[in-house]
Amino acid sequence: MTALEVDAGITLVALTLYVVFGGADFGGGVWDLLASGPRRDAQRDLISNAIGPVWESNHVWLIFAWVALFTCFPLAYADIATYLNAPLTIALLGIVLRGAAFVFRNYTSDNVALARTWTVVFGASSLLAPFFLGDAVGALATGRYAWTSPFALSVGLFDVALCAQVAAVFLVRESADPALRDDFRRRALRATVAVWVIGVIPVLLARTAEPQFFAALTGSTARIAIALAMLLGIVVMVLIARHRDTLARIAAGAEVVAVLGGWFGAQAPQLVPGRYTLASAAAAPAMLEAFAVAAACGAVLLIPSMLYLFAVFKGPGRVPEGET
Amino acid sequence: MDHVIAARAQMGTSLAFHIVFACLGVGLPLLVVAAEAMWLRTHRRAYYDLARTWSKGMAILFAVGAVSGTVLSFELGLLWPVFMRYAGGIIGLPFSLEGFAFFIEAIFIGLYLYGWDRLSPRAHWLTGIPVVISGALSAGFVTTANAWMNMPTGFRIVNGQVTDVNPIAAMFSPPWLVEVTHTTIAAYVLTGFGAAAVCAFALLRRSADDRREQVRAGLTIGMIVATVAIPLQWIAGDVIARFDADHEPAKFASLEAIFHSERHAPVTVGGIVGSDGVRYGIVIPGALSILVAGNPDAEVPGLDRVARNDRPPVAAVHYSFDTMVGSASLLLLVAIVWLVAALRRRELARWLLIGIAICGPVSVAAVEAGWFVTEFGRQPWIARGLLRTTDAVTIAPGLDVQFYGFSLVYVVLAAACWWLLRRVGTKPRGGERRSLSAHQSDTVSATTYPSSPA
Repeated sequence: MTALEVDAGITLVALTLYVVFGGADFGGGVWDLLASGPRRDAQRDLISNAIGPVWESNHVWLIFAWVALFTCFPLAYADIATYLNAPLTIALLGIVLRGAAFVFRNYTSDNVALARTWTVVFGASSLLAPFFLGDAVGALATGRYAWTSPFALSVGLFDVALCAQVAAVFLVRESADPALRDDFRRRALRATVAVWVIGVIPVLLARTAEPQFFAALTGSTARIAIALAMLLGIVVMVLIARHRDTLARIAAGAEVVAVLGGWFGAQAPQLVPGRYTLASAAAAPAMLEAFAVAAACGAVLLIPSMLYLFAVFKGPGRVPEGET
Repeated sequence: MDHVIAARAQMGTSLAFHIVFACLGVGLPLLVVAAEAMWLRTHRRAYYDLARTWSKGMAILFAVGAVSGTVLSFELGLLWPVFMRYAGGIIGLPFSLEGFAFFIEAIFIGLYLYGWDRLSPRAHWLTGIPVVISGALSAGFVTTANAWMNMPTGFRIVNGQVTDVNPIAAMFSPPWLVEVTHTTIAAYVLTGFGAAAVCAFALLRRSADDRREQVRAGLTIGMIVATVAIPLQWIAGDVIARFDADHEPAKFASLEAIFHSERHAPVTVGGIVGSDGVRYGIVIPGALSILVAGNPDAEVPGLDRVARNDRPPVAAVHYSFDTMVGSASLLLLVAIVWLVAALRRRELARWLLIGIAICGPVSVAAVEAGWFVTEFGRQPWIARGLLRTTDAVTIAPGLDVQFYGFSLVYVVLAAACWWLLRRVGTKPRGGERRSLSAHQSDTVSATTYPSSPA
């Protein structure tokens, strides 16, 4: 394996982990915005407690993927940063407001009016960021940076649905209260249906508007990944309905991986379709090697630390497993 | 607004905002860990309460620091894609290492902030240590990238193409050590004086009379860090100034406002910087020649050796430098006076508390001014000798709208932070992370004092 392939792999893994974990944190914000019913405040507390200890480290995956992109593929990076300036800037605004509003809300909860304001900001920015990040991805896939195209916008919408789905599935197991668990169980089921339905839109739009991307998407690798993602959606629903909450978490994570696998499979080895491949955008070999070595050394520290964090706050025994 | 000016204004605003949070993110963990260590040793409740109060402040400051840092990492490309196209593949290594340092920082700060009631006291204290270390490391890594912008190394340009890239040599460009030292110490100066100032202010206003022991302990810990850091910062500042005199003559001539190469070069404080000299400044004849070469006859090269279109904005650099040095002088003075008073075990006099309280904003001014010196002093280059700032800017439209938008957000965030930190600090149980609903009270992370500290 060449350093180029290793670095591309690291970048994609970082991006994938961001979409799974960072996406779940955004999805938590979406459910915070949509909190309703007699347990509205309890739902929000659950969301706060679930994402509080982990959102900052989950967020670092985005920074890391962004840094990996400019370190290893500076030519494509400069191109993307130039032509996707608008959607990325809006997403950035969402990222800033989400993080700040989340922590401000947590520390103003004894002032109802202020807490309500920050809660709205937290929820709205949790919609804004994944929508425009998804839109940027859709725009990238067009090869024309057409971020206002219906296709790109539909990818943004799909990303929001995906974040909400993963968050709902993850949140079920966060509570010890059966009523609260059922609240998120219902949300998880509805969101999974929504992901299924909304997921069809970009594919249909690509068929007419982005024939090249559609052809790649229906090519062998991508086709398998997308079929797998659709299948895993059904698996998630079955597991959630049968109260197999831990397995449902794993299936939801795998579903996101499959969705991204469909995109990577459709686009590889193009980094910006028609403009840059991974190889034509790459930095000098010395840099590619240095990055791979740095990442290997960093991973030795990162992986045990990350596992410890999740063991303390998300580990088994924290809440009772489902009734089954 | 002019396109380049809008980009520079946006980058500058983002950095000026972030640098305060970044410094506190480096320094505050040290203070909190010190307070908790004192609690583990002495079992005195005041230290525990102090660590809990500071840790709440750290939660707010770190979150805002993390997201404002994200803005910067994106703006490098969103505003300066031409620069990143060249530089990304040369200077990406320290950014990548900074990514890992930031990971460790974020992971352990999650453990530290949310682990108070979940981990044993000793284990909890230990989770703070990686935050202290990785915070300093991330600041160091990022600063090596800035050092490279001052003296780009680790590559060759052949026929307009970058070749022979050496990422290690780029990371360790000549100014890396002096810059990293100066910047990292700045974080401890700002945090030490900042924390002490907050405590001094509380003692002056008698707003925390029910917690005097806690506030006094906070003042002492803050002042110890500050008093160790500020003399070291003077030494580091002297070293970096000498480095600039040797290697970055345009910056050095600008910060000292030396327009004409001369023997017996003076140190000029303040004054009105014109296009060809300084008027009405306080002039100390020959002082600069002595400082630079130890010899009043030594010649100091001036801006006349620098082509006009390669000169930094002299006034901005000179005034920033004077602000930095002036602020640092006050900080040093207060630190010495405090040290004498503390060693004589005197009750701190009211005027000394006022002095310490003033040091809070003054230390922020010193850091901001120091940052302005290096950034304005590098202009008109984004990477000195390699790429001009005006050539590095994006072609994307609407930068002025972005600038106004982000500035507004920063103003709101700064105000919200200020308000929240005041509540966290002034009310014994104020700003507690409380649940929104009553029946979820089992998940509240209220300040519950552990029954057996050790």
